[in-house]
Amino acid sequence: MDFLSAHAEIIITLIKIVLLLFGVLTADAYLTWFERKLVAHMQSRWGPHRVGPHGLMQPLADGLKFLFKEDAMPEDVDKFVYLLAPLLALALALTSIAVIPFGPDPIRLFGHNIWLYIANPSIGLLVLFAITALGVYGVALAGWSSNSKYPLLGGLRSSAQMISYELALTLSVVGVLLMANSFNLTEIIDKQSHPAWGIGLLGWNIFSGPFPQLLGFFCFFVAAIAETNRAPFDLPEAESELVAGFHTEYSSFKFAMFFIAEYASMITVSCLCTILFFGGWLSPFPQSWTFTYYLPSLLLIPSGLWVIWDGLRYETIWGKLVLPVIGAVLAIAGIALALPQLQFVNVFIQGPFWILGKIFTFLFVYVWMRGTLPRFRYDQLMAFGWKLLLPVSIVNVVLTAFFILLRGKP
Amino acid sequence: MSAQLIVFFVLAALAVLGALSLIFQKHPIHSALSLIVVMVALAGLYLLMGAEFVAAVQIIVYGGAIMVLFVFVIMLLNAGLEEHTSISKMAGFPGILLAIALTGFIAATVARSAGTFAQIPDSTGKISGGLSSTHDISTAIFKTFVYPFELTSFLILIAILGAIVLAHREKH
Repeated sequence: MDFLSAHAEIIITLIKIVLLLFGVLTADAYLTWFERKLVAHMQSRWGPHRVGPHGLMQPLADGLKFLFKEDAMPEDVDKFVYLLAPLLALALALTSIAVIPFGPDPIRLFGHNIWLYIANPSIGLLVLFAITALGVYGVALAGWSSNSKYPLLGGLRSSAQMISYELALTLSVVGVLLMANSFNLTEIIDKQSHPAWGIGLLGWNIFSGPFPQLLGFFCFFVAAIAETNRAPFDLPEAESELVAGFHTEYSSFKFAMFFIAEYASMITVSCLCTILFFGGWLSPFPQSWTFTYYLPSLLLIPSGLWVIWDGLRYETIWGKLVLPVIGAVLAIAGIALALPQLQFVNVFIQGPFWILGKIFTFLFVYVWMRGTLPRFRYDQLMAFGWKLLLPVSIVNVVLTAFFILLRGKP
Repeated sequence: MSAQLIVFFVLAALAVLGALSLIFQKHPIHSALSLIVVMVALAGLYLLMGAEFVAAVQIIVYGGAIMVLFVFVIMLLNAGLEEHTSISKMAGFPGILLAIALTGFIAATVARSAGTFAQIPDSTGKISGGLSSTHDISTAIFKTFVYPFELTSFLILIAILGAIVLAHREKH
């Protein structure tokens, strides 16, 4: 017992790391399901629907497939670098989520404050950029070490793309930093909590301040999509030209590591967009509107009822059994949150509810763009990054600084 | 031995081993990777001294930007194994002398200024009076030393212009 209380901080942090890793990996898995389903419906297809009701077990099946597939290593590869590359990609992508705060208040448990982040360094944003800066190596080294022409070309393209867009990515947040006066992510959110006329939405960096960060957000989001190598900037893995780009020679779980890394960085970017420009866990409504506290219930109960109704009509027995149970859990959770006895829980989850909701919206936009936009040509990509995004983000910095001088800090 | 000291020795060993590996590796990519290890270990040492900002910038600028460019160029040129020529004895003798002289000089400097290095970070990990926060560093660079700083940037600009001129000369 003495040991437990003496090392409580370390033990809590370790448990939080395990929980966050589990959460992020599960979210990654279901993000693939969500993406396939959404893109399929955008293209008038069904998407995965064989494994489990609505294809819900598809991520599990995919994961098992990755585990049991033959792990082929091409001849004459640079073994050390070849094995290092996927490790580096995955480790860096997962590390970056450690500094993201998911809620304003700590959970009080056994006399310990458990905050909803793993680390809260005063230079949180710089830590994230440092990790992003190193993220290029995973892709570049994978392409180089495979000893094959398609991966090499894919790796070269990706390095060039990431170097070019990192400039715009970093410059586009300078406006936010000027307004917040801090690199700390929690402080950046707190600075957005003093909206004009008490309407929460108007306090967010994208709408508020001496100079609304619309340009900054545009540059940041576009550059971030390019950094994560997602459509329409997925040239490093343009399958019509480069087979699968930098990870052509990777199979089995080493490929899965690149795959998971890509989805984990999508989540990080969505978190950053939310925190830097959209007020993090702050509600968009005026603070006096306490009835908005029932929004989680209002969302959970109808969706739970819908899942029950859908489950009862489902074709397979399995679906008839599982879906109503899931729906019932959702609906009961919604009802429980609305009870006055559990009001403290409801108040507590407001922050996480808003930040997760906003993160989910950005993930949806990610998939939406993939389903909608065609891929850039390589020269267009370079011209776009250097001739449009970079100048616009510099203009944004200058304008923001000018307006802060003119009208004072927000 | 305190935890900080252990971390220091691990990072210092990592930096020295990385530097040695940088020299002895045969392939340019492996050398570049060793250099990245050195950079990251140095960033860790800065972090240990409470200089968070410098540590992050060390990784972003050296680990990220500069080394990515190195790796990129090595990949683009598809550089193979280095060719090793036998070391000439003419260069070897003064080289050893110079190395000994340099080591002695550094050791002497460290020994002489031991007093100023003895500042041990307090419980919060910060060295009092040091340039640790972003605010202190920006004040130093953009207020106190703004002219030397801008002059240095100008020097770098001249170097960039020179490189462009040299690279373009072939076309004429």
